[in-house]
Formats: sequence, C-alpha cells, structure tokens
Amino acid sequence: MALAVGCRARPGRSRDNKTGSWRVFKPVFDHEKCSKCGMCKTLCPEGCISEDAEGFFNPDYAYCKGCGICSEECPGEAIAMNQEEK
Amino acid sequence: MMEIMEGSHAIAEAVGKCRPQVVSAYPITPQTHIVEALAEMVADCKLDADYITVENEFSALSACVGASAAGSRVYSATTSQGLALMFEVCFNAAGMRLPIVMSIANRALGAPLSIWNDQQDSISLRDSGWLQFYAEDNQEATDLHYLAYRVAEDHSVLLPVFVCFDGFILSHTYEPIDMLSQEDVDRYLPKFTPYERLDAADPVSFGMYATPEYYHEFRYETDRAVKQAKNVYRKAALEFAKMFGRDYSGLIEEYRMEDAETAIVAMGSICGTVKDAIDEMREAGKKVGLVRIRVFRPFPSEELAKALARPKRIAVLDKDVSLGAKGAVAIEVRDALYGKTIPVLNYILGLGGRDVRKRDIAAIVDLAEKGEGDMFYGLRKEVL
Repeated sequence: MALAVGCRARPGRSRDNKTGSWRVFKPVFDHEKCSKCGMCKTLCPEGCISEDAEGFFNPDYAYCKGCGICSEECPGEAIAMNQEEK
Repeated sequence: MMEIMEGSHAIAEAVGKCRPQVVSAYPITPQTHIVEALAEMVADCKLDADYITVENEFSALSACVGASAAGSRVYSATTSQGLALMFEVCFNAAGMRLPIVMSIANRALGAPLSIWNDQQDSISLRDSGWLQFYAEDNQEATDLHYLAYRVAEDHSVLLPVFVCFDGFILSHTYEPIDMLSQEDVDRYLPKFTPYERLDAADPVSFGMYATPEYYHEFRYETDRAVKQAKNVYRKAALEFAKMFGRDYSGLIEEYRMEDAETAIVAMGSICGTVKDAIDEMREAGKKVGLVRIRVFRPFPSEELAKALARPKRIAVLDKDVSLGAKGAVAIEVRDALYGKTIPVLNYILGLGGRDVRKRDIAAIVDLAEKGEGDMFYGLRKEVL
C-alpha cells in the first residue's frame, strides 16, 4: 500500500489495518468446553469474533490484537491465551 | 510604491494581499500589531476572510489546521511562548502536509520572562518540518510572505512555513517599503489549489495513525519534501526577482566574501549591523565577509560548504543556544563543513534583547583571529 500524502485516509481504514500484527498472546478457542453463550463476541472490543453455522465462536486473527478479554471473561474457561511466535 | 511603514503593518498589508481566506491568531508581543491590523482589515471589509478569535495559540494554529485541511489559504502569526504552546500543532500541521504560513516575530523564551528579541523560539522548532525563512530587513520580511505561500502550496512541497523576523528590531521599526499592488500579488500568487481537502461528499481524514510498518516512511517522505523545497524556493524567488526586481533566490547571501579570511555566518537583522561592521573592517585592511542564512529549513548545507571553502576561519553568530551543546546554527554549519579542517567558532550573543553593535562584531572577529570561540559573547562578569 503506497503512502498517502500527509497520512490522509478514506473511510474504511479500520478494515485495511490488520491489527492482528499487534498480537503477542493468541486466543485459542476450545469448542469442547464452549457452551455457545456468546460472551466472548459480546465483549470483544475489536468486534472480530463471529458465530459459525454450528453456533461456535471464532476470532478473526487478522484483526484480533490479543487483548485477552474473551479469555478472561469466558465462563467455561474455554479460551486459552498462548504466546505466539512470529 | 515606496511607503514609510512599521514592519508589522507592512507584513499585515502584504499578508492581506495574499488573500488568506482564514486568519486565526492570538495577540502576543511583539507580533500583536500584525494580527490587529488584519482583524481591522476584516472588520472594515477590506479583506474577505474569516478571522477566528480563539482563547490561546494552541487553538489558533489548530483552527488554521482545520481551515487549511478544508481547502482554505490560511495565515497565523505568533512568537515565543505562543509558538511554544503551538509545539504539538506545529508537528501535526507539517505531518498532515498543510501549507500554512505563519509569521514569527522572533522573541526569547521564558523563564526568565523576556519580551525582547532572540531567535530561540523558531529555532526550537527546527525539527518540526516547517520551512524557516529569516529576513534581514522589513522589505525582505514583507516579500518573503509572498514567496512563502508560493513554496508552501506547491504540490511537490505541501509544507507549512515560518517567516521569521526579529521582534521589535524589525516588527516595530519604520522603514521605507516598496509595497506590491494587489494586481502584482495576484499575478505572482495564484489562487490556492489544495492537493486534497475535507469534503463531506467525499470524506477523508488527515494525519491518520501509522503503525510501526509505516511511520518511519512517513517521516522519510516529509523530510524529502522539506529538501525538495530548496528547488521550489529558488524557482519561486527567481520568478519574483524577474517580476519585481528583488532577488531572494539564494538560500544564503554572500557579502564581500570574495577574498575573506574571516567569514561570519549569521541570520536575521543582525546581518545589517555585520555588513556595516565589515565595511569598516575592510577599510582598516581586515578581510572579513558575511554569509547570511536566509533559508534555515531546508538547511543549505551544500551552499554553505561552497561559500565557506576558502576563508581561514568561520565565526558563527547564534541568537539561540541548544543548552548543553552550542548554538543551533553553529552545530549545523560545522556539520555542513564535515571533513574540512577550517575552524568553526561559535558566539552566542544578543539573547533576550541584548543589543549587538558594530564594535561587538569587530571584537568577535578579533577573538576569532586568536582562535577563541565557542562562548557566550559579552558576558557581564560583574553579575555572575
């Protein structure tokens, strides 16, 4: 992506900025333990967790910053935060 | 037409003829007369501009940033503490590549409080990305404003400009000024064509955030734009010279340098005194010359290296000091001469309005001949 003069940006840049590169800890979802309550999706500050056809929840790693709120709040402790190697 | 005018009023009239659409400023000595005069022009319907009154300088420049982003030609003026309060906005204006022109009536920075002249205020913003022009007299201070808009608004530059002139020494001095007519200014300075502007129908944000993958490159590109401004400045000044007969096309000005053994380097109104002192020293058989820096940003390194290749010694006068190091001009002159063995001696002088006379310049040349330098010149030992 070429730089825009003066760092000017059209709307929609939050889609272009793949904030997943910021992540140090990666949330890993264990569907065995998941009760499909949806708390993770509700509380995700990035809005990057979505529900699949079977009702399970999955993060979009292109945007997930690894803040860990989903893991902290998950009532079933179904989300582990694993350090990522890049 | 020649008129006897106060520096501030001449600058205000010149700025008015540049047809700024938005003016926002906060009064501060010794800059106040400029914005007072502009406010009067707007109130009297002599200038078709919005004059935005604000609560401080931070807001003044912020209003200019918004107005410039919206596609207006904008103007502000300040000095000293006012410029210090604008620090953050200065970096934003340059980073957003907004061609704002701001007059700086150079004044010392507190503490201790001083309303008098030195150049510490604009020098302290040398790293901000603003171009910096320094005038020797009021004719030049006036003319540099037309040039500033031409250079700032060029789409290969798109950077804000400080037009600097010494507070009181120039701002409050009455001098004959050859004031351009409105028709002349209109011929020289076309209507502002923004590169891109805020538009509700086609929304765009300025100066968005850059991750570590991009920030480094943004700084590189802004630095490149500052450097590219050299050629744009030269061309704009040559055109000005062709149209109006006054030539500011050198980023530096050389005075009696042809066979100079001691070269003085300085900026601003002090250069008038230096030139007179040089004439007297030349009559007494001393070969002294002056290199005046007119454009401090972009810094004219190559030009200085060429101009300062022959003298035996160089005395750099600084009306500023980077505390714990040296005067900012001296540091950069020495950098421009890297690898050469010619001594570069620094003299900090004239801080906070201390008068500098011809005899001081002669005394500095004597010190330089003895190899004594890198000092605060003229300290009053009895109060230390």
